[in-house]
Amino acid sequence: MLFLVVGVYLLCQQLFRKTRIALLHPLLTATAFIILFLKIFDIPYESFKEGAGFVNFLLGPSVVALGYVLYEQIRYIKGNVISILTSIFVGSLVGIVSVMAIAYEMGADRVLIASLQPKSVTTPIAMGIAEKAGGIPSITAVVVVAVGIFGSIIGPFLMRMMGIDSKIAKGLALGASAHGLGTSIAIQMGAIEGAISGLAIGLMGVMTALLVPVVSWVMSLF
Amino acid sequence: MLSQVFYVLLFYVIGEVVSYLINGFVPGSVIGMLLLFTALCFKVINGEKVNKLSKALTDNMGFFFLPAAVGLMSAFDVLSKYWLVILISSTVSTILVIIAVALVQQRMGKEDKNG
Repeated sequence: MLFLVVGVYLLCQQLFRKTRIALLHPLLTATAFIILFLKIFDIPYESFKEGAGFVNFLLGPSVVALGYVLYEQIRYIKGNVISILTSIFVGSLVGIVSVMAIAYEMGADRVLIASLQPKSVTTPIAMGIAEKAGGIPSITAVVVVAVGIFGSIIGPFLMRMMGIDSKIAKGLALGASAHGLGTSIAIQMGAIEGAISGLAIGLMGVMTALLVPVVSWVMSLF
Repeated sequence: MLSQVFYVLLFYVIGEVVSYLINGFVPGSVIGMLLLFTALCFKVINGEKVNKLSKALTDNMGFFFLPAAVGLMSAFDVLSKYWLVILISSTVSTILVIIAVALVQQRMGKEDKNG
């Protein structure tokens, strides 16, 4: 299973590098191929997950390793502490309120809304937040990954259109909207973007964990 | 390389323990990241002790998401019921987050463009 996962991903990465088409992001194509493979050979997700457990485990240490990448770029953060905290605060608030409002208007129930609130946050934090707010963590996990893929594809394009040229702004926006997936794209843009993006994941997680209960309480007043 | 594995895992384990102590409010990996960053800033640990493995791990982060992403297949039922609400609210909200964060930082930040 490990062989399959590595092989398929490498092939998809080659495809992405040759074509440079954002929709052919290796995670997207590799996921599609593997789901197709598992369906054809009738392999349940649980046994796949067990076989690929080591790859999943490495997600944790790779987040820890961002601490080093961030340290390497520390001089770029100096003088930007206030602006970074403000951007993340605004971003987190906009993310929670907008997803709640739209889902509510479209008739989503309380449980679904609670599952969607932490959608911009890295999977482990998001699942914790959803559970505390009365959502279903497995829905959250799926939405988080989907949002990550979407954000990391649309993010660079959107920011080019907006004329964003600040490396810190690019990294922050990718990490804040698309967590680890955004970071994997930001790292390809450059070391500063990658490191700031890693910082954004952590800040966005903590900020959203603090804001979800507050926003939910305020919205319940209306 | 093996000593690099030790140091990265050490911070991961400490992060997990702290996370457990605070009821999982913040996941262990994020705490580990902040602790490693702090330890490097205060010279508790030398950057050369973790540099190679950190580069290798962060360069391949997308790959480590693959098992979680394949998890989409086990949630098809729930998703097929609510897909439109989820799709519209999440995509619109994600676009708003990107615009908000990028604009605020671009306007407020000070940056050495030659950096």
